[in-house]
Amino acid sequence: MNNQQADTAPRRAIDVINAGMDRRKRSEKRFQLLGKLSIALAIGFLAMLLGSIVSKGYSAFQQTYVKLDVHLDAAKIDAENLNKGNYSGVIKESLRNMFPDVSGRREKIKLYSLVSQSAAYQLQAKVIEEPGLIGQTISIWVPADDEVDVFFKGHINRDIAEEDRRIKDNQIRWIDHFIEQNRIEKRFNTTFFNAGDSRNPESAGIWGAVVGSFYTLMVTLLLSFPVGVASAIYLEEFAPKNKFIDFIEVNINNLAAVPSIIFGLLGLAIFINFFGLPRSASFVGGLVLTLMTLPTIIISSRAALKSVPPSIKQAALGVGASPMQAIFYHVLPLAMPGILTGTILGMAQALGESAPLLMIGMVAFIVDIPAGIFDPSTVLPVQIFLWADSPERAFLERTSGAIMVLLGFLVLMNMVAVILRKQFERRW
Amino acid sequence: MQIDILFITLMLLSSAAFFIGRQRASKIVQGQIQSLHSLPSFYGFFAAIWSGLPAILLLAAWVVFEPAIITNIVIANLPEHITSLGQSHVNLVVNDIHNLTLGNLTATEPSAEIIAAADQYKSLQATSHMLLTIISLLLVFGFGLVSVRKIHPQLRARNVVEQVIKVFLFLCACIAILSTLGIVMSVLFESIRFFKMIPIDDFLFGLTWSPQTAMREDQVGSSGAFGAIPLFTGTLLISFIAMMVAVPVGLMSAIYLSEYASTKVRGIAKPLLEVLAGIPTVVYGFFAALTVAPLLRGAGISLGLDIASESALAAGLVMGIMIIPLVSSLSDDVINAVPQAMRDGAYGLGATKSETIRKVIFPAALPGIVGGILLAVSRALGETMIVVMAAGLAANLTANPLDAVTTVTVQIVTLLTGDQEFDSAKTLAAFALGLVLFVITLLLNVIALRVVRKYREQYE
Repeated sequence: MNNQQADTAPRRAIDVINAGMDRRKRSEKRFQLLGKLSIALAIGFLAMLLGSIVSKGYSAFQQTYVKLDVHLDAAKIDAENLNKGNYSGVIKESLRNMFPDVSGRREKIKLYSLVSQSAAYQLQAKVIEEPGLIGQTISIWVPADDEVDVFFKGHINRDIAEEDRRIKDNQIRWIDHFIEQNRIEKRFNTTFFNAGDSRNPESAGIWGAVVGSFYTLMVTLLLSFPVGVASAIYLEEFAPKNKFIDFIEVNINNLAAVPSIIFGLLGLAIFINFFGLPRSASFVGGLVLTLMTLPTIIISSRAALKSVPPSIKQAALGVGASPMQAIFYHVLPLAMPGILTGTILGMAQALGESAPLLMIGMVAFIVDIPAGIFDPSTVLPVQIFLWADSPERAFLERTSGAIMVLLGFLVLMNMVAVILRKQFERRW
Repeated sequence: MQIDILFITLMLLSSAAFFIGRQRASKIVQGQIQSLHSLPSFYGFFAAIWSGLPAILLLAAWVVFEPAIITNIVIANLPEHITSLGQSHVNLVVNDIHNLTLGNLTATEPSAEIIAAADQYKSLQATSHMLLTIISLLLVFGFGLVSVRKIHPQLRARNVVEQVIKVFLFLCACIAILSTLGIVMSVLFESIRFFKMIPIDDFLFGLTWSPQTAMREDQVGSSGAFGAIPLFTGTLLISFIAMMVAVPVGLMSAIYLSEYASTKVRGIAKPLLEVLAGIPTVVYGFFAALTVAPLLRGAGISLGLDIASESALAAGLVMGIMIIPLVSSLSDDVINAVPQAMRDGAYGLGATKSETIRKVIFPAALPGIVGGILLAVSRALGETMIVVMAAGLAANLTANPLDAVTTVTVQIVTLLTGDQEFDSAKTLAAFALGLVLFVITLLLNVIALRVVRKYREQYE
């Protein structure tokens, strides 16, 4: 009977709804899938980015060394004047002795280029330390040239045509000879961590940039933390409601979104050209980064101050504290964890920043480790930028290695911020 | 005395004043500190501020103005035949004098007059430092003595100290205004100098960009054309590609995370997106130039397309990845601000979850999302490192994403790194580009912040 009715009666609303249900459920699934896909895509990008960096950069932490038997000929190295000895001649001679059949200028140059130019300095340092070695034959491990290094790490395929690779067949033969005699091995690359920049990848290190970053960040922290917290306290607790204060707030919000390179223009025009501060100095870099991170610190400090319940301040006022005392002795300490978290995140942002520093000359090629905030220096991200431009294959892995170090520092800072938040966060 | 030693001495003396003031306050009332108006330490701060502040302010002013004044005196004493050679020559001489006084090497072998001038500079500097030391020490002791003398039980030391602190807090808050002012002045003044050389409409509407100015009349390839349209189109092209990646992915991730994801998924995915936001841009630039660009080029070759190795596509794509977390966190905030009642209403009418999102939540959140997207666009326009490393230098006027284009920020960096001459149109052009960039991002930010604020007020 029901069936008959259904046949004749007009379609009920529920039927219309049921008829469309499958389609709607499908579209629901599609929409959800799209959401999952987006997240997967974003995380996939992250994985690809990190994967490509790590796969290129892990080998930067190792450096190939070659063992040479050098005869410290007293004729070449004067015991009286150790600084002027012909150390590279000694090294070349030991290479010639190892491969006596090498002849001709071009082949010899190829042979000499197996070991780094820094080998001579290393030998010199060793002899100066122990002058008694002169006249003896010693075994010494010296860094290999960057091309040999890259080849030994297996990044160059020996099957490709000779003219397409920088390392030539005869050099490969010599390296094979080294391998047979156990004269070549990979060691932990200490140079990478304790040397300054260099044109030779095998003697280039990040220490100069790390020290530069440290000085720059210290200047930034010492200036932006007190000023940022003071501004936040003023704006949150003391500021009257008027047009001028509104103007300050608009300014802070806008500065937070001004492109960083504009701050570089400010640094160049005002700090360097107008005030005549030195170019490339981490002091100027710190000033520029201070102006850049101030809005971040002010905004997060204000949020932290705001999250302290007003009853705390009122209680202090109630027992006779002045507004200033209530804030400095009661509100500020409770807001400190939040303020510190915001500051660390601001510092992490400053550590990764490079665009404004290019403008104020921190992109110069600087070999020396900076000894103070007015010395010419560079910072880690700018060092990465400089190395990324270098054509040598060995700089590619060092760039990635430096990126890994930079990311390591950032992860560390963020972890401290997270722990701080977890440890001291209070819910009122 | 050296300036830094003097500064430390002043600080030490001022701290001594703190202890003396505090001591005196308790002594005056024979330890009955309840009869004092303020706590004893406020009397200490009172003495410290009075003794230290004037001297430190004087020191700061001295350090700022001293070099300019001494230099002017030295220039005034230079012989006629040097000063008559014109301003730029005098600047060179002054530079030599500065280098000589600092013990650095000079560009040319210094003449007797310049050595004499350098000696004069040194002696003036010594006199000035001597004077500064004497005056600031007098200030410290004078004001310190007066302030300690002034301490008595009725003195409202706390009010004075708090007022000084309040002024300090206010001045700190004003630094935001100062830095905006600094930005405006630095880009505006240099831009005005630039527009005196190159007419503003040639700059804004010109179609060729080739900032090499000719040094000689007959030089090849140094036309010195400053038409910025190719830079603007290049910037827009790359930003557009970036937004095509960032907006859909960011928005859908935000929707999924705030409406569908379980707490566990959200707890993992959200921090991962934040990691994407925390990666320095130079790393993205390296990734774009050395991983994505060769990948695209390889893919293009296998498809028979000719993709430039510095294509807009690679830079835009990676910039898009960088902006995903910005779009997603801003949209996440906005979506969460939509009242639950609106969702419940839609569910009550039988809507599915996706229908609720598309037909109720999304329209309600649209103004906020648009505001967030505007902020993201302004970020994309001003992004520097990715384009410096992955986009080209050639100013091509093209809309083809496979070609190499250049952007405003790339040109600012290339014009301003390396040797600069501050009176050439080439260097000043960078400031004009900076001005355009600043004005455009400022407008976008003001509009975006206003839209987002309006939207929030609507639901609060």
